[in-house]
Amino acid sequence: MANLMTGAEIVFKALEDQGVRHIFGYPGGAVLPIYDELKNHKSIQHILVRHEQGAGHAAEGYARSTGKPGVILVTSGPGATNTVTALTDAYMDSVPLVCITGQVPTHLIGTDAFQECDTTGITRPCTKHNWLVKDINKLSSILHRAFEVATTGRPGPVLVDIPKDIQFKKGKYVKPKEVKKKNGETDIKFNGKDKDIEAVVDLFRKSSKPILYTGGGVINSGPRATQLLRELVSLTGFPITSTLQGLGAFPGYDQQFLGMLGMHGTFEANNAMHDCDLMINIGARFDDRITGKIDEFSPQSKKIHIDIDPSSINKNISVDLALVGDVKIVLEKLILVFKKKDPNFAKSNKQRIAVWWNQIEKWRKKNSLGFINSKEVIKPQFAIQRLYELTKAQDVFITTEVGQHQMWAAQHYKFDKPNRWMTSGGLGTMGYGLPSAVGVQVAHPDKLVIDIAGEASVLMTMQEMSTAVQYKLPIKIFIINNEYMGMVRQWQEILHEKNYSESYTAALPDFVKLAEAYGCVGIRAKKPDELDEKITQMLSVNKPVIFDCVVDKEENCYPMIPSGKAHNQMLLGKQDEEDEISEEGKVLV
Amino acid sequence: MVKSAYSFATKKEKIENHIIVVWVDNEAGVLARVVGLFSGRGYNIDSLAVAEVDKKKNISRITITTSGTPQVLQQIKSQLGKLVPVHKVADFPRNKRTLMREMALLKVVSSKTQLEKAKKLCKKYKYTLLDKTEKSFVFEVSALEKEIDELIKKLQPLGLASASRTGVVAMTKGSETYKQH
Repeated sequence: MANLMTGAEIVFKALEDQGVRHIFGYPGGAVLPIYDELKNHKSIQHILVRHEQGAGHAAEGYARSTGKPGVILVTSGPGATNTVTALTDAYMDSVPLVCITGQVPTHLIGTDAFQECDTTGITRPCTKHNWLVKDINKLSSILHRAFEVATTGRPGPVLVDIPKDIQFKKGKYVKPKEVKKKNGETDIKFNGKDKDIEAVVDLFRKSSKPILYTGGGVINSGPRATQLLRELVSLTGFPITSTLQGLGAFPGYDQQFLGMLGMHGTFEANNAMHDCDLMINIGARFDDRITGKIDEFSPQSKKIHIDIDPSSINKNISVDLALVGDVKIVLEKLILVFKKKDPNFAKSNKQRIAVWWNQIEKWRKKNSLGFINSKEVIKPQFAIQRLYELTKAQDVFITTEVGQHQMWAAQHYKFDKPNRWMTSGGLGTMGYGLPSAVGVQVAHPDKLVIDIAGEASVLMTMQEMSTAVQYKLPIKIFIINNEYMGMVRQWQEILHEKNYSESYTAALPDFVKLAEAYGCVGIRAKKPDELDEKITQMLSVNKPVIFDCVVDKEENCYPMIPSGKAHNQMLLGKQDEEDEISEEGKVLV
Repeated sequence: MVKSAYSFATKKEKIENHIIVVWVDNEAGVLARVVGLFSGRGYNIDSLAVAEVDKKKNISRITITTSGTPQVLQQIKSQLGKLVPVHKVADFPRNKRTLMREMALLKVVSSKTQLEKAKKLCKKYKYTLLDKTEKSFVFEVSALEKEIDELIKKLQPLGLASASRTGVVAMTKGSETYKQH
């Protein structure tokens, strides 16, 4: 008879066989057998968070900065429900997570037992798949399958719910098979036809106003995809723009890069998207923050869409040519055919797209990210620019919360490597950045990890500072403090006649004292001329730091495509706000 | 129906009716996954029929009749295809190449003359008189969805007391069966 193991032992054996080194979790009644087994597995470090949502975001930061799945371990009931926000966040932003939850013993399921909830029911819409394990002999294969589903196809979260009696029971362990790269029925290798690739090349040759529009799919496809993207950009000479999630796939300071596009994207990127005659979407999903008004989205262009997820094709925007497959595989093939057909394309095609580049340069001259600086108060954009200048020599990992500071960070911090930018895009989860930074620092103990935060967001998960202190994770929480929920305030100013309903936080804590209370370091900057010195001070501390950067309270984030408008109808600054936004526009979010 | 948080519902596209057939692993929660996908993404379910069709392989066949724009129908198929327990998804056109049937149990409680009238109405279709008392008949009728709609409408004034329908099931004509890709 084969060696039998308890459910708890099987969980750790499976984690070890899957190469897991860190798990983020919080113990509780229904998961105690697994916690009891932790001591026998020295290769796996458990990071004790202060709230299960924090475990979820930390695992997300870990996953996005490494490309490996993040693992969460929590108890039943509230433990499970507290992870729901993080699971939904990961589902929207395609982050691979494996969440293991304890459940009440099998015979108590359905009796409204203490800390019982329908975990698989609650998490069904926010996971790629989930399992309730009722048979100990299926536990190991379910765990292996969970890792496979989370990491293949379009990555995402999965959940395995393990009743307490199953954790005690003895059963057989099965090793992970050769991992099949399959997600449901979706073959992730590009199985399109060669003629589709040739059609792409033909469209490249015919276009006089092309643009590459790239997204998080490039980063999820791995470092090879990033290399290939850079090769494609230099081979074609085409301009490139990126979504929020795609930042870092292409160097932010490169001349061919037009900056981020979308609601708070640059003037040149959005106008180029609107006026182009060929759009090549690589690993992005035509999200509504990108397209603006659908009917007026890039009216004259042929659209090519490369995506691993067949359901992303024609979901929001109809495209002319779809290539379903892993970005790196499609690009590899495309570049091969392209080089063969037209090795000197960039040179020979230069003339054809010269007028287009001239137009782009004209838009660029608008300097849409410009702002009027001040000697009296710190402008938030200036704070991020200084932070960038003082840290760019290092290999920096940036996380953010959600709001104005997030958009300013995306606009003014220039990334040149993938997996360095962790932000909640799809779900827009305030409180994402701090725990995410914890996860990133766990994965990269010697690197500089900064959470560019807002004071409202960061208070939602502030308790995780305690985690950072416990594990000596020297994360830097750089709070752009304007005392408002800045983006809410901005929308109220523009769309609701300056009725600042409940968007001011009247009783903020003293962040410096708060830092000290947590046992880390607090620094405050109030004037522009002390900013550099204080940032340098922050960087020299090998401990967690909360940096309270007191900024202009009423600065707005521009440029902006307001509700119900198209790409070529951007607001560039305060003077543009007077243009009426329609009543219909105000009801949209 | 284009779903963008800040675009308006504009052009009214043509709504089509389709029969979507899904082969799934017959496991706990699989129906909830399929139905949850429809409700979560705002798709319509006009009728639903589910049962295991292969005990050995543990496969259930789900037949859903739905309506939406071509774009939404395409989304429904792509989204269903992503569910882990789903084996294949088919879109059966509502035309001559597709066989469609629905079964209904209909109880009429009425006077003798009215009951005879009801029986006469049912004769138009393939029917069986399953149960008979002085005051009531229970018919089993197998017909097209539309025909059952009509029959129910006509039986109502004759004392239709209870109606139970299976929902549409469908199959392609000829020797071929549906294969993915």
